[in-house]
Amino acid sequence: MSLSEKQVSQIAYLARLSLNEAQLKDNTQDLNAIFSLVEQLANIETDGIEPMSHPLHMFQRLREDVVTEKDQSALFQSIAPKTSNGYYLVPTVIE
Amino acid sequence: MEWETVIGLEIHVQLNTKSKIFSAASTQYGQKPNSQACAVDLGLPGVLPVLNVEAVNKAIKFGVAINAHINQRNIFDRKNYFYPDLPKGYQISQMNRPIVGEGKIEITLSDQTKVVGITRAHLEEDAGKSIHDMFDDDTTIDLNRAGTPLLEIVSEPDMRSAKEAVAYAKKIYTLVQYIDICDGNMQEGSFRCDANVSIRSKGQKELGMRAELKNINSFKFLERAINLEVERQQDILEEGDKVVQETRLYDSEKHETRSMRSKEEANDYRYFPDPDLLPVEISDELLEKIRQTLPELPAQKKARFVAELGLSNYDADMLTLQRPLADYLEIMLEHHASNVKLCANWVMGELSASLNKHKIDIQNSPITAQALSLLISRISDGTISGKTAKDVFKAMWDSEDNADEIIQAKGLKQMTDTDEIEAIVEQVIANNVPQVTQFKSGNDKILDFFVGQIMKLTAGKANPKQVNELLRNKLS
Repeated sequence: MSLSEKQVSQIAYLARLSLNEAQLKDNTQDLNAIFSLVEQLANIETDGIEPMSHPLHMFQRLREDVVTEKDQSALFQSIAPKTSNGYYLVPTVIE
Repeated sequence: MEWETVIGLEIHVQLNTKSKIFSAASTQYGQKPNSQACAVDLGLPGVLPVLNVEAVNKAIKFGVAINAHINQRNIFDRKNYFYPDLPKGYQISQMNRPIVGEGKIEITLSDQTKVVGITRAHLEEDAGKSIHDMFDDDTTIDLNRAGTPLLEIVSEPDMRSAKEAVAYAKKIYTLVQYIDICDGNMQEGSFRCDANVSIRSKGQKELGMRAELKNINSFKFLERAINLEVERQQDILEEGDKVVQETRLYDSEKHETRSMRSKEEANDYRYFPDPDLLPVEISDELLEKIRQTLPELPAQKKARFVAELGLSNYDADMLTLQRPLADYLEIMLEHHASNVKLCANWVMGELSASLNKHKIDIQNSPITAQALSLLISRISDGTISGKTAKDVFKAMWDSEDNADEIIQAKGLKQMTDTDEIEAIVEQVIANNVPQVTQFKSGNDKILDFFVGQIMKLTAGKANPKQVNELLRNKLS
């Protein structure tokens, strides 16, 4: 399996990455190299093996349903580009 | 051409936990903007999600309530998209291994029963809120809602009309409140429906192209939006055009749906397992423990109301729609096991009407189940008539006084002294000789005239049944 430059450019768009011609070529090459490495897995018999979702053989620890966070909005908003009356402001999303 | 409508619903249920699904910030509604959005909710670098045990327990509770398959090993995935109210750039959700698998639910429509399949129900985090009309040049973002736990319940495309879709949605709505996993507040967005609607020619096997309707926040709008969309698709197909797959917003004010964004433009969410979260394991013990905590479910309660209390199907339906309403009736029945119908009528009649009129939830009713129970006692022991009871009810609504105090203060007690009533009956007969003659010549209706006169003289406190008997005796 290999990716075309068109596919890589589509993936870049979805991830909001801007790639110039040269970067697109490099990234396509790099990604395809990674794919060929991973492709070795196709030669292994995996029938009946549960797909792994996480490399650690552990289960999720759960948190008690208790509120411990305090209002730190002023601190958080001090690094935001634009705020007003406690809201974050962003460029208009829909007309 | 005859068309068939096909509907599937995606229902987002906000789980009523105190804290968020992956952070310890509060989920309380209506607080100061962004005051409940912590570093995890904002997706600041270096933070890690920690799963809330109650979100998991409540999802399991739903699963066991509908007898669904529970995935005892389930996984969280990242759903990637960019939108300002989703600060991380991805929503943590469940794709391939949702916590709740296949199940089904039974709906009833004018005494016909139908089974609707549930494909899955998965846990995910809610996004924040974008407000588009506060400023001209900016969109306003409040992230207090970001990270609120949601259970998204996905149905099979099993519904064939807007009415069926509403019946299904209401069924889920009742259930999630019964099992106490959602507060059911639709105005605050605790229960939201998206409808996938398509049509096909009758008899056709394949599904038609569907549109997804969003922004529906009431059952009334759900029905309207679906019917509107069905008409729109019929017009398109009958013109020979094609329906495109898209998301459409329902505008309840203009009563129209309009295109939001085309799904063709690759809504490629690139799901993958979230490396920040380990698989969730649910033990047999936990499953069993939660099964034990299930209350009597609406369908069971309804069946019991019919079988044991002798209520009609309709009454039982009405009374089990909300758990607090059913609880209210059951408290009354502790003292009125033999007066089921009278109690049910009062709960569905005067009480419900007054609550609706004043827009009060039954939990906050100014007349408690115990107080109404006392009033019912005074009807059944003959102290007051049913008609007088309605006046007492009104007085109870407006004051702190109980039924006995009001009956006493207003002197509403029915006359029970037969001699006293008899004297009045005789007096009325003596004073109305022409009417007596009419009665004796066969005019039975004139009896009402006498009853009226007697009621007037007793200020309505004579027992009408007793008056009738006495009159007939004296006049014959």
